[in-house]
Amino acid sequence: MNDLARSQNQETFVLNLGPQHPATHGVLRVKLTMDGEYVVHAEPVLGYVHRMHEKMGENRTWAQFMPNTARLDYLGALSYNHGYVKVVEQAMGIEVPERAEYLRVITVELNRIASHLLWYGAFVLDLGGFTPLLYAFDDREHVLDLLESVTGSRLTFCYFRFGGLYNDVDDNFVGGARAFIKRLRRRLPDYHNLVTKNIILIKRLKDVGVLSAEMCRKYGATGPVLRGSGVDYDVRRNEPYSVYPELDFEVPVYGEGDSMARYMVRMDEIEQCMRIVEQALDKLPEGPVVAEKVPKILKPPPGDYYSAVEAARGTFGIRIVSDGTNTPYRMKLRSPTFSNLSLFGEASRGMLLPDALALMGSLDLVIPEIDR
Amino acid sequence: MLDELKNEFASLVPVPLIETDYRFKGYHLDVEVGPDQVVAAAELLDRRGFFLEAITGVDWLGKAPLSNQPEVEAGEAGEGGGAGKAEAATAPPTDKMEVVYDYNRTVGELCRVAVRCRLDRANPELPTVSRLIPGANWHERETHDFFGIIFSGHPDLSPLLLPEDADFHPLRKDFKA
Repeated sequence: MNDLARSQNQETFVLNLGPQHPATHGVLRVKLTMDGEYVVHAEPVLGYVHRMHEKMGENRTWAQFMPNTARLDYLGALSYNHGYVKVVEQAMGIEVPERAEYLRVITVELNRIASHLLWYGAFVLDLGGFTPLLYAFDDREHVLDLLESVTGSRLTFCYFRFGGLYNDVDDNFVGGARAFIKRLRRRLPDYHNLVTKNIILIKRLKDVGVLSAEMCRKYGATGPVLRGSGVDYDVRRNEPYSVYPELDFEVPVYGEGDSMARYMVRMDEIEQCMRIVEQALDKLPEGPVVAEKVPKILKPPPGDYYSAVEAARGTFGIRIVSDGTNTPYRMKLRSPTFSNLSLFGEASRGMLLPDALALMGSLDLVIPEIDR
Repeated sequence: MLDELKNEFASLVPVPLIETDYRFKGYHLDVEVGPDQVVAAAELLDRRGFFLEAITGVDWLGKAPLSNQPEVEAGEAGEGGGAGKAEAATAPPTDKMEVVYDYNRTVGELCRVAVRCRLDRANPELPTVSRLIPGANWHERETHDFFGIIFSGHPDLSPLLLPEDADFHPLRKDFKA
């Protein structure tokens, strides 16, 4: 807090942000104690869309829980599909056909692009720029059409199955994905010219909301937030799964730790996602998309299992406990933004309110995933 | 690295640490500690650059907790497979509540550590690690919401995800809506 703020007569007031405030992207409430325009204390209040998915996991079969995984992070739902099938396949020792693994990667990365595009539009909208949202949604629409053609839904995907996929893709999808990447490659320079190089955006983001790598570690922050603080960690590379080891991609890392760094990480990630999709389309093998010997009634051997994937917002971890029956005994969903948001209270201390909102936007919050 | 970590833990815990099959279990090291050692375990891992990925609970009402230990009373170690496993005829003497801490790290060789602590279900209480690891604050609050496990010394255990007047703990196995 600067001297001007401190010299005031220490009078504070409580400002209620949300739960219906547009900048909170859903129903998040933040109780702010303010000293003038400066945040003295910020306390996020959660639970407005809490649905107790973990309890639902305990009263349905393993396969029946599948649709629930898409209702956490509804902007990057395929990563959650992936995390769930991965942990059950790991426990059951189910081998997944190669074609299915490639298609999983292709669809997950397309979904990640869609998620980052939506974040881009909404984030700049938070900062007061309306037009970029229209560009981002225009492009995102193409991804959603593509994914709809193969998965059957536009947001709440239930596309993966234990041992494979629900549906194979056709030539239209492959051609459409290539055309989309070509299109987005042409559009991205516009994004950067319009927004990244915009002096207003730079002034709003540069050196604002600096998170140190140590703070990220103490709060368990992951994903673009962590990589924007100079930590080179990505589950896809550090804990390889699926066919990621066979694909060549870079993990964008920016060391500044400010909101601009997190912005740049996501923008660069869009480019890397396109590289991954292109390579995976080139290498896409023929074959079945679902394993043959998957039992109809799944009964993972008793024990607990943990598995993590890199979702659009960070590490999605899932811990399952099986007692050997067809129903999970316990299902813990570790969502990335829960941890990412938990550092907001400490990080926003002493910031100007508009800067704190820029920080919050740069965390890329999806509330249903925090509340579960 | 794993060996160094095991040596450090060896001074802390009486039971042998289990090196688990990562490809099957998804974590490398399984450590069971007593309630008085969770903070020491957190300190040890924090010093070595680990971060806390999640805290959660498991309610073992009327069941013997599953364990990775080579042989336990109920013979559920998994080595012999589930086939010959007869549920222990007698109920375990006291029901248990389990708290699991999942640690991971971003630097060096991949190493996931699951630290677990088994508590008496009637009186589930253990010290908080949130002083050391501020990120544990919300995870502990959530675990308190869902299981009623008390983290003593926690700054604020009021409901985080449940309604503010919630006096129930939905993930307890005897919870009825």
